[in-house]
Parts: sequence; structure tokens; C-alpha cells
Amino acid sequence: MKYTKEHEWLRVEGDVVVVGITEHAATQLGDVVFVELPDTDAMVSAGDEVCVIESVKAASDILAPLDGEIVAVNQKLVDAPGLVNEDPTGAAWFFKMKVADLSVLDEFMDEDEYAELIG
Amino acid sequence: MVPFAGYEMPVQYAAGVMQEHLHTRAAAGLFDVSHMGQVILRPKAGMAALCAGFEAMMPVDVAGLAEGRQRYGLFTNETGGILDDLMFANRGDHLFVVVNAARKAHDIPHMAEHLAAVAEVVPITDRALLALQGPLAEAALARLVPDVAALRFMDVGVFGEVWVSRSGYTGEDGFEISVPQGWAETFARDLLAMPEVQPVGLGARDSLRLEAGLCLYGHDIDETTSPVEAGLPWAIQKVRRTGGAREGGFPGAARILQELAEGPERCRVGLRPDGRAPMREGTGLFAADETPLGQVTSGGFGPSVEAPVAMGYVPRAFADVGTPLQGEVRGKKLPVTVAALPFHPTTYKR
Repeated sequence: MKYTKEHEWLRVEGDVVVVGITEHAATQLGDVVFVELPDTDAMVSAGDEVCVIESVKAASDILAPLDGEIVAVNQKLVDAPGLVNEDPTGAAWFFKMKVADLSVLDEFMDEDEYAELIG
Repeated sequence: MVPFAGYEMPVQYAAGVMQEHLHTRAAAGLFDVSHMGQVILRPKAGMAALCAGFEAMMPVDVAGLAEGRQRYGLFTNETGGILDDLMFANRGDHLFVVVNAARKAHDIPHMAEHLAAVAEVVPITDRALLALQGPLAEAALARLVPDVAALRFMDVGVFGEVWVSRSGYTGEDGFEISVPQGWAETFARDLLAMPEVQPVGLGARDSLRLEAGLCLYGHDIDETTSPVEAGLPWAIQKVRRTGGAREGGFPGAARILQELAEGPERCRVGLRPDGRAPMREGTGLFAADETPLGQVTSGGFGPSVEAPVAMGYVPRAFADVGTPLQGEVRGKKLPVTVAALPFHPTTYKR
């Protein structure tokens, strides 16, 4: 698993990258009550706001970590936003994207580096 | 922890906003509201003169408030706007007032100026204020102060050094409890040791009062909103209205009495977004034909309603329950419907 500074995790499954938010991020957000997902087939650039997460405390965004195409979204989160708090690194993945070159993932933090970031 | 009105306040404790909210509705939640302003108004020339002086500051019946009772009040300005909302209690030989933390610095000199001839305005700075709210609040507090069980909604009692009112800011039965600051920690820990009591932070305090349809000063009411626009005409007793024995005679009476008679131009309304996206403060409100109408003044997710809820101002023609409107969230206009307040039924012990 790789991690971004924006507290997303990235997991390679075959030729796609699965994206979600870390347990740390889910805890900081508090109880998630609303999730808005991107359209599948959307072409996105790294840094684009692709998802909205609203908790009982505030609204925040998930940014696309990479350039690529959204190939799947986790519709379950729309109906049960609380999954983000229950299983942030498992059942509560947000979207899957196809990228041109998987080697770009090497630039992101590994687990130890991320653990250091969040102290 | 977040800064709030000059205090460091917890948004939530370990359980989190959602659980703290639901626990308060199911059992009892303990809030530290010591940031609020506690003030004693001690009469210089008798209670009647003090009450008359206080009535000259707000469109509320002060003189008719019986001993041992508390009432909701509103300081108004000359244009009929609201300077602050407050609670005041008749404690026999004086009035006890609780004002908003963010307005203490305004309200205390405001009272001192207007009441100079009739009262000594004494800010109480050596007491903490706790709120214990929820259906099991009485059972819990009565273990420490048995006599509170006899209080009804908006009654106040002085039990030794413990000052109690049966009121709160959640829509639930409950109490606000003023204790000497040296006792506060022990008192709070004794309550928290009880199985039905959990600590509750600012996050759930806000979602509880929003579901109860209660106004937050500086958001739902301010110097530009009148009590009538804000849907608070119930706070203006008949005796202060046109034709009443002590009609008018408060700041902004011309506008407020006119709005009572003819209806206000705009109204605070409850709002239920049709979808799941919360509509937070500042969300623009539009008619079905895109005409801009106003804004959301408080909004978020209602844990007991299990859906987003909000309040805001719209012209009177759009204020009927069931009126379909649109709220602009992140550039998209989403359907929202005017709804009755409160969103969650209140359970005061009357």
C-alpha cells in the first residue's frame, strides 16, 4: 500500500489503482454522513477534486492522486457513508483508476513513511 | 479542541459527535458551558424598578415573571434587530441572567448602561456552568441534588451553593447547573461516573440545538434579524404587544409591533434537503425559477433525524411548510423543502 500527503491510500489491483482514505483521515473527519463520487469513465488529472466527503463536522474533498481514468466507483458509500469510519482501508474504497504507468506509484510514501507523517 | 468565543473548547470527546448526540437523546449528556456569561442584576430601588428597567431593553414580560421561574429574552436595537438572546430568572430579590459567551463583552456594559439607575450589574466569574441534558438527566442529577426532581421546565432553584434551572439547548428535558468553580471538576466527575452520563462537546451541542430548531446567535439571529422574522414571536408576551398593558417601550418597537401585526418580509424556516448532501451555513437558497431568496444560517446532519437538516431565511411567500426550493451546494442547485421546526420533537417536562 502507498500513501499520499492528503491521507489517501493507493493499492494496485492488476492494472488499476484503488484509492481510499486512511484510518487516520477517517478518525480526523469524524462520522461520515455523505459521500459524492465521480462519474466512471471520467478522465482526471492529479490534484482534481474527484470526491466530496461530509462528516458531522465538515466537508472535505478527495483529490485525484494521479492522472488517469476513473474506471469504477464504490456505490455502497453513497448509501452507507458510515462504512468510511468502519472499514476505511477495506470495504470503503472510493474509486479505481487506470493510469498510463504504474511506476509513478514509487513516488508516494510507504507505510513507515506515512506512519512518521502522522506521528 | 477549537477556539470558541475566546475559550478552548472540545468539538467532541472520545465517542464522537454522532454518538454524543444520540447518547444525549437516549440517556444524559454533560456539557461544560462555563464560557457563557452568568450575571446577577441586584436591584438598587426594588424589584419593580429593576423589572421595568429590564423591560425597557427587550420586548419581553419581565415584571410578570414569577419568583422561581426563568424566561427567554432578547435584547433588541433601535431598528428591531437582535443584540443577543438570553435567559433570565426571577430569584426573589434579584434577577439571574445567562448570556452568550460571544456577547458577554457587549451585554454586560449594555446592561450596566441601561440599568444604571435601577440595578447593580454583577458579572459572576467564579462559577462554572454545566448542562446535563437528556431523558435520564433528572435521575442522574437527583442523586447529587435530590430537590431538582421537583422542578418543571423553566423553573429555577437555589440548593445551597448549587444554582439549577430546568432548561437547556438540546430540546430534551434537562438542567443547567451553576456551581462554584472550585467544585466544578468534582461535580462533573461525579456525574460522569454515573452509567447514564457521557461528556458531550460543541459538535453535538450544535447538532442537538439545530434539530430542536433553536437559534444560534451570530448565525440564525443577529443585529439585522428581528424577533418576528426569526420566528420568535412566542417570546413576545401579549402584555408587550399592541393593546397590551405595557405595550411597546422597547428598542425597535415600531418595526417589531408592525411585523407582529402585518407579518415580516422574510422568515426563518426549517429546511430538509431532499438528498443526502448537508446544506451548511452560507448555502444560497433559490426558488424553483432560480430567483435568489436567501441563505442557510445553520445546517448540517441531524443524527436523530438521520438526514441533513438546516435553517435559513426566505421571503414570507416561500416560507410555507412543503414549499420546494433549491440550495446551491458546490455549484449545483439541489432540491430542498421547507419543513416544520423542530425537526426532532422536544421533551420538556412541563
